[in-house]
Amino acid sequence: MNKLLVSPAPHIHTKTSTRSLMTDVVIALLPSVIVSVLFYGWPAVIVLASSVIFCTLLEYLITKFLLKRPNTVSDMSAVVTGIILALNLPPTAPWWVAMIGAAVAVGVAKMTFGGLGQNVFNPAITGRVFLLISFPAIMTSWGGGKSFIPGIDAVSGATPLGIVKESLAQGMTLDQIYAANDFSYLDMLFVNIGGSAGEISAIAILVGFIYMLARKVIRPYITLSILVTVAVFSGIFWLIDPAQYTDPLFNLLTGGVLLGSVFMATDYVTSPMSDKGGIIFGVGIGIITMLIRYFGSYPEGMSFAILIMNATVPLINKFCKQKKYGRA
Amino acid sequence: MKKTFSIGGVHPDDKKISAGCAIEVLPAPKTVYISMSQHLGAPATPTVSAGDKVKVGQVIGEPAGFISAFVHSSVSGTVKSVGPYKDLAGNAVTHVAIEVEGDEWMEGIDTSDTLVTEIPEDTEFIVDRIKGNGVVGLGGATFPTNVKLCPPPGKKADILILNGAECEPYLTSDYRIMIEKSRQIVVGAALMKHVLGVQHVVIGIEENKPEAIAKMKEAVLELSAGSSDYAGIEVMTLKKKYPQGGEKQLIDAVTHRQVKSMGLPIDVGAVVQNVATSLAVYEAVQKNKPLIDNTLTVTGECFPKQSNVLVRVGTPLSYIVDSLGGIPENAAKAISGGPMMGKAISNMDAATLKGTSSILFLTEEQTRRKEETNCIRCGKCVEACPMGLEPFLLNKLARNGMMDELEQNAIQDCIECGCCLYSCPANIPLLDVIRIAKGQVIRAIKSRTAPKK
Repeated sequence: MNKLLVSPAPHIHTKTSTRSLMTDVVIALLPSVIVSVLFYGWPAVIVLASSVIFCTLLEYLITKFLLKRPNTVSDMSAVVTGIILALNLPPTAPWWVAMIGAAVAVGVAKMTFGGLGQNVFNPAITGRVFLLISFPAIMTSWGGGKSFIPGIDAVSGATPLGIVKESLAQGMTLDQIYAANDFSYLDMLFVNIGGSAGEISAIAILVGFIYMLARKVIRPYITLSILVTVAVFSGIFWLIDPAQYTDPLFNLLTGGVLLGSVFMATDYVTSPMSDKGGIIFGVGIGIITMLIRYFGSYPEGMSFAILIMNATVPLINKFCKQKKYGRA
Repeated sequence: MKKTFSIGGVHPDDKKISAGCAIEVLPAPKTVYISMSQHLGAPATPTVSAGDKVKVGQVIGEPAGFISAFVHSSVSGTVKSVGPYKDLAGNAVTHVAIEVEGDEWMEGIDTSDTLVTEIPEDTEFIVDRIKGNGVVGLGGATFPTNVKLCPPPGKKADILILNGAECEPYLTSDYRIMIEKSRQIVVGAALMKHVLGVQHVVIGIEENKPEAIAKMKEAVLELSAGSSDYAGIEVMTLKKKYPQGGEKQLIDAVTHRQVKSMGLPIDVGAVVQNVATSLAVYEAVQKNKPLIDNTLTVTGECFPKQSNVLVRVGTPLSYIVDSLGGIPENAAKAISGGPMMGKAISNMDAATLKGTSSILFLTEEQTRRKEETNCIRCGKCVEACPMGLEPFLLNKLARNGMMDELEQNAIQDCIECGCCLYSCPANIPLLDVIRIAKGQVIRAIKSRTAPKK
């Protein structure tokens, strides 16, 4: 009887933990991982492995030797960062590029701020943007791997958005570009070889999205507000001048909009708390992405948009509070 | 669409494993220890001393203030001592210890099972009986019921809400009385309805208790067919969500009105009473029986004999547990009340109070707190808080001692339901921190608003 514990209420706790949430994200990422490995073969395996291993190892080393704190590797967040970073790289990127990306993601963007929960910017995107600026050639050439599925081999080349941007700059109209390149929405939806490892299959990403919603890992507002904003913004421009501006579906299915809106913009740490805040955040990302695509010098823009909006999160949190009971 | 409250809430597994166990009457122990602090407000003043002979239902403590209540002997026998005895947390509180001899009741108490459905015309008579028989709110706060039924001048209720939500996991005592004593509860509701002068009574019950809903509906139908005193009483099925039984949440669920910060339910015209209180009101008014016994659930997966028992007030917890098979080997924690808001029991020799609703045993596996990790800003606590607060922010502000900011962020509105701590994936002891800071902020507000001397 003397063994009875005494502590304040509540005496029970939900089974959901940081680790279980992160594990759910990993499971949600699996369809995209599988598709990219199947279609890009061994190079994709090597990029994924080096990114995940290095992210995890680095977090372990930093907590153990620099911060001298209990190690946090078991919360699985480094694995999530590793997978997302790898899915953001061309599958044929050399392993050491993945390692540098991991070093920036975990070493700089995450652990410098104090680890999970303290960082301002999404670690995987920070890593990706660092690589994009440092190794533009490697980061923008795709394909070339040998698929595990016989008969399908990825061809080298630029992404659809890259091709469009370059060709428009050369004075071609969209009709001519489409005719010359044979873009297929159906391919983009299922498997479109010509993109970073994670963005080749919209369906795989959407399966992950539905899984996370069903498991209540995320709420849908951020993702949906990004997608709606991208569709509306590009829709308006496309209706005005279909020869110069790509259509909404093309913009939704290319350039990491899906990958970013489902897995990166919804990162707990770097997105607003409230649903209202999430919608503002998502609309901001959508607008910035489309401004970069239509008027900037980069073909895509999702990563930059998310990073910029990450910086506004504390402000959004301050002004978007949940409605309090009895304080109309 | 079933009704529920509009902000936050969580869905813990309801674990009503003792729901099927009919109420059993537990024989009185050899000695009862009756606390003088069984209600919110000033402790009662003992009116007996060692050596006195007492009967069941005899007054042994008088209210010591406006917010206080009568305490009655729950047994007949000889007063052994009047003095400090440890409560379930181990704090010494004045108790009257009575050695049980026979079971002799006071004159004037109707101990028969006959249902008395006629509502007395005189409301003062009803209130006097409620007060004189020591009825207090049995939903948790044990606020004297007569005080709650007499709103301050200028305030008028237009609805009485009976709380049959029993939203805490494991607890089934309210469920059992709704099934076994549904008519008495409805008569109690009609009595309070008459006192308050309201036209509308809603009995709110969560959807996971279909049998209780059916029984209560049947009772309302039957009684309202017999007399117009029972008009306007309605059973409402509520969606299952914790903390539905919180007074403010229940008012929101039933009426869509929200009580202002630091305000009282009467401000929005509502009075909330628990179904067990309604039963006590019935017994006090119609049977002139003081509140000397109550139903409590003894449960937990590790407990061998799930039970709902009717015990005399002042029965030692250890006596109840021992007569049902003793403390299980693998129990790590004993709780008085539900797992979300109940109090951990450190002293099993403590005696039951009027408001004791359960003894719950949890294993270490079920109750162990895991190590706190970094906040991942997932917002689950914000989503869970039924008052619309931001527990993660309050936690941070409290740990930095920022009192003004805590007040601006409405920490004083916290109802301590535990949803935030329950739902935090990083195991941050949010409520532990918030509870302490809330006490400090409320003291600061009170000292500021109190009239200057």
